[in-house]
Amino acid sequence: MSDTKNNWPLWEIFIRSKQGLGHKHVGSLHASDAEMAIGNARDVYTRRQEGVSIWVVPSESISASSPEDSEALFDPANDKVYRHPTFFVLPDEVNHM
Amino acid sequence: MNKSQHKQTLLRLGDDALILGQRLGEWCGHAPALEEDIALTNIALDLIGQTQSYLSLAGSLNEGDTQTDDQLAFHRIERDFQNLLLVEQPNGDFGDTIVRQFLFDYYALFRAEHIASQTFDLDTAAVAAKAIKEIRYHADHSSKWVIRLGDGTTESHSRVQKSLNELWKFTGEMFTADEIDIAAADSGLLPYLDTIKTKWDLAIDSVLKKATLHRPEDGWMQKGGRSGIHTESFGFLLAEMQSLPRTYPDATW
Repeated sequence: MSDTKNNWPLWEIFIRSKQGLGHKHVGSLHASDAEMAIGNARDVYTRRQEGVSIWVVPSESISASSPEDSEALFDPANDKVYRHPTFFVLPDEVNHM
Repeated sequence: MNKSQHKQTLLRLGDDALILGQRLGEWCGHAPALEEDIALTNIALDLIGQTQSYLSLAGSLNEGDTQTDDQLAFHRIERDFQNLLLVEQPNGDFGDTIVRQFLFDYYALFRAEHIASQTFDLDTAAVAAKAIKEIRYHADHSSKWVIRLGDGTTESHSRVQKSLNELWKFTGEMFTADEIDIAAADSGLLPYLDTIKTKWDLAIDSVLKKATLHRPEDGWMQKGGRSGIHTESFGFLLAEMQSLPRTYPDATW
């Protein structure tokens, strides 16, 4: 399957479910163009009523952070609990925050 | 339309869907790409779902005891099936399968649109109304493939043109009305076939133009499916489809 010459390009698929507000990444698939990627995504990822909207993105257009950088990127947030909005005292009248 | 003609009409609707669904199911695990494998078998499942509804309604019109959809699908003999010859044609290569689907989808779509809007038989209208959404997707899927293959490489173009040329002789049967079709159209249940032929011509021509494919001339047309006279491969299809329920008549999941 790694033979790119004879394979359709890879696409990342995002589906918005009935309840969900945003599109969530659900997986990837092969297709020759965007239109076909939407058709394939419909068949592969929405056959059990998972979604009401589909986004497709060429996998090669996605830039990812590097695992080697994860310490520098993410560890500094560990000791900054004050960034969470947990220090506010809510009035009793405000429910479900 | 008498009760027997009404039943025959529903059997034809069911048989078209059943046999095409069975053919598409043969692609399971064999399609050119995983994505297309799932697409073809999804379409097969849509068609089998339509079959269950149409055959159940047909069985309820039987003289004598009601027949179930399973009895009608698995316990009739070849001569009792009334599907179009087009839908029983072997899968061939992927292009053959797509062209067969494409030629049938628009016929099925315009037929279902009429059935959904008639008031002679409201149960069948409800089945057709649900089926329309499925068939629109089938037609969209097959049309896009016809365009991709036709307007693709030299090889894909010549191969899909050959598929079209070879399957064209089975298109005449779709629009040739016999006494059952005429009775069904007089009652309002089915459209008069010449009215959907006009729509079918427009839809087919529009896609073929985009696909840069040549529409074959209407020459000699092969018929027989509607009267139970089938082509050679049909017996093998039935044998495979019916073997399990016939060997183990009360088998359940």
